Amino acid sequence: MRYFNNPEALMKLISSMQDGMLNTLTIFFLTLVFSIPLGMVVALLRMSKQKIISAPVSLYILIMRGTPLMLQLFAVYFAIPMFLGLNLDRMSATILAFALNYAAYFAEIFRGGMMSIPVGQHEASQVLGLTRVQAFFYVVLPQVIKRVLLPVSNEVITLVKDTSLANIIAVSELFRAAKNEASRTASIEPLFVAGLFYLLMNGVVTVVFSYLTRRFDYYKD
Amino acid sequence: MLQAINVQKSFGETGVLKGVSVRVSRGEVVAIIGRSGSGKSTLLRCMNNLETIDSGEIRIGGEALVTTGADGRPVYKKDKALRMLMLKMGMVFQDYNLFPHYSVLKNLTMAQQLVLGRSKAEATQKARALLDKVGLADKASEYPCNLSGGQCQRVAIARALCMDPDILCFDEPTSALDPQLTQEVLSVIRQLADEERTMIVVTHEMNFARDVADRVIYMENGLVVEDGPAQEVLGANRSEAIKAFAGEANY
Repeated sequence: MRYFNNPEALMKLISSMQDGMLNTLTIFFLTLVFSIPLGMVVALLRMSKQKIISAPVSLYILIMRGTPLMLQLFAVYFAIPMFLGLNLDRMSATILAFALNYAAYFAEIFRGGMMSIPVGQHEASQVLGLTRVQAFFYVVLPQVIKRVLLPVSNEVITLVKDTSLANIIAVSELFRAAKNEASRTASIEPLFVAGLFYLLMNGVVTVVFSYLTRRFDYYKD
Repeated sequence: MLQAINVQKSFGETGVLKGVSVRVSRGEVVAIIGRSGSGKSTLLRCMNNLETIDSGEIRIGGEALVTTGADGRPVYKKDKALRMLMLKMGMVFQDYNLFPHYSVLKNLTMAQQLVLGRSKAEATQKARALLDKVGLADKASEYPCNLSGGQCQRVAIARALCMDPDILCFDEPTSALDPQLTQEVLSVIRQLADEERTMIVVTHEMNFARDVADRVIYMENGLVVEDGPAQEVLGANRSEAIKAFAGEANY
């Protein structure tokens, strides 16, 4: 053992992996910030009665959920510059690919949540004179949030670990930093340090979601 | 006040309303009775724009909700004009359809503020007065999940009244309730009838229809079979059809 029995070396290792941790956190938060609203929009489009809207959206969801995220990372990072002549740096490409991918998963969760709201809620909103937009924001959405918390927490936990895929296009996130340290010092311990960091992040995610679940416990439906 | 003329409606191949004409005057309490599947709820839902009709005409307070166009297809009022017209109608559902995530008070004030543009204070005052009227003044801050079915239905009635509808409709308001809770709700409806409110009640409660309704409409297979004063339709000289519906033996 090189690090786990030597606090000083361990601290040094962690500080050398600091940038990686920050990049991992950046991927994580920005993916959530973009994919949750995008997922809501995709869900609404997917539920459109117009085939011309819902069909391409279904195809998008199929592709995003049906191909490896790793492949999607390659596609966004290499194909977009090739076909659109747009140069994306590694980090932007990562966040774009993650947001597009996670939006598809969130969309299906939100769609399930919205379909589980009884039709009577829409009818009650209508007879009270609410517009469809008002009914969505005041009646449907608040109830959907409560219903989707559990499946969303699953996705968020998966996202924490999926951030490590970004190392495939050489983003210096935590897993890449750990791998570098591991090969530089010929020790697998840096990988376990990274593992502990992911575990810690997911501990925090779990606490946040159980707090949210309790916040929505004030009513039953 | 409300007029439905030759309304037809089918779900797929099944004709549910086969040319129904009904008229409701101001201050009248009309009970619509009939077996399950007779089309009575569908008729009420068409009047409240919760179902679209295939042909015919529905007028609310002289204004057309829907007419039949030159091509024989129904032409509905649109968007804002439609929503404003429908505010003349209030609706109470069989399973209440309260908003579970809002307190009783917010259930009553939300639409007043959003739709009628009332201030919070004004909406709250109105809501509290109506909660008092249905005997639930002490439940304002409760959530629907903590109320009994009868209490939920009374909240739903208060919520509909908050919007000051000209016509209040009830779709089998007591079907989900036990006899005691049913009485609780019926007494509120009876009280509203005494105030000369215009009401349409789809119900299975024959005694209630006889006691409270001015007029009774009996439907069978998507058609109005009888339409007359409650005392006549349900009185001593009631028809064989009504007797059969009420489950009375033929002597």
